[in-house]
Amino acid sequence: MTSSLSLFPLGWQHYLAGGLLVGAGAALLFVLTGRIGGMSTVFTSTWSYVVQRPFFQQARFVDSRGWRLVYAAGLILGALVWWLGLAGGQPQATAVPTWQLVVGGFFVGYGARLGNGCTSGHGICGLGSLQLPSLMAVLTFMATAFLTANLAARWLA
Amino acid sequence: MSSTKPGSFPRALATLASGALFGFGLSYAGMIRPEVVLSFLRFQDWGLMLVMGGAVLVVLLAYQLAPRLMARPVLDNHFHPHPSRWNRDTALGAALFGVGWGLCGVCPGPAIAGLGTGNWDLLWALGGIGLGALAQGLRAR
Repeated sequence: MTSSLSLFPLGWQHYLAGGLLVGAGAALLFVLTGRIGGMSTVFTSTWSYVVQRPFFQQARFVDSRGWRLVYAAGLILGALVWWLGLAGGQPQATAVPTWQLVVGGFFVGYGARLGNGCTSGHGICGLGSLQLPSLMAVLTFMATAFLTANLAARWLA
Repeated sequence: MSSTKPGSFPRALATLASGALFGFGLSYAGMIRPEVVLSFLRFQDWGLMLVMGGAVLVVLLAYQLAPRLMARPVLDNHFHPHPSRWNRDTALGAALFGVGWGLCGVCPGPAIAGLGTGNWDLLWALGGIGLGALAQGLRAR
């Protein structure tokens, strides 16, 4: 009864702890290698291995594609440690329909690359470096995400 | 007192470890479950604010303090700033990103990290993101 009225029906501690760990990962990358670790660029820089068009062959993608793939591999490794160590290794699944994952994913990829950042690039790294353009990007994507998620819940459920 | 850049292997190892911490945190916070993200976007669970707030807090400290306290990063010769810009592409891109995120509840980090949890459904989102990034690059000049 009260839980449905709570801001955090699933509890709040794991959210805060997880967020601090995410921040620690990006902070460690910066302190050790000096790099800003957003996540969406890897989706363009990895295409540079196979697509020869000038856009993909820019130095900012070619020069960073190696470490970005290693960083992505680290993401999978860390999630694997959580899954096997804390989550019991039960296969996870989602009830979100496949077409929503594919179409939504397409817009996520297209939009993040057009806007040069996603929830980690503009959200965590951009806000963490006090950049006004990133704050405006975050407010923009939060607004359209709130709108889309609520309309989808009404019309598609 | 050498100023030569440390080798690439320690840097790769550091990058892998940093990514692992990031991925563990995302998983621990439940962000690899689209349902949790969508429940935030539908105002049912405000947890994502804590995830974002906690991450920004730590990153803010590191980005502000490290360049002041250290002459250079441990494994490189200098810090790499990455200024963001506000223009039409940033606005339109962010708006489209939000539409996609609101539809599927998956953003780039969790799409990648989710693979480590045996959630093969997320491969659909990962494929969509990859295709979206490809389309953006092909349309760009």
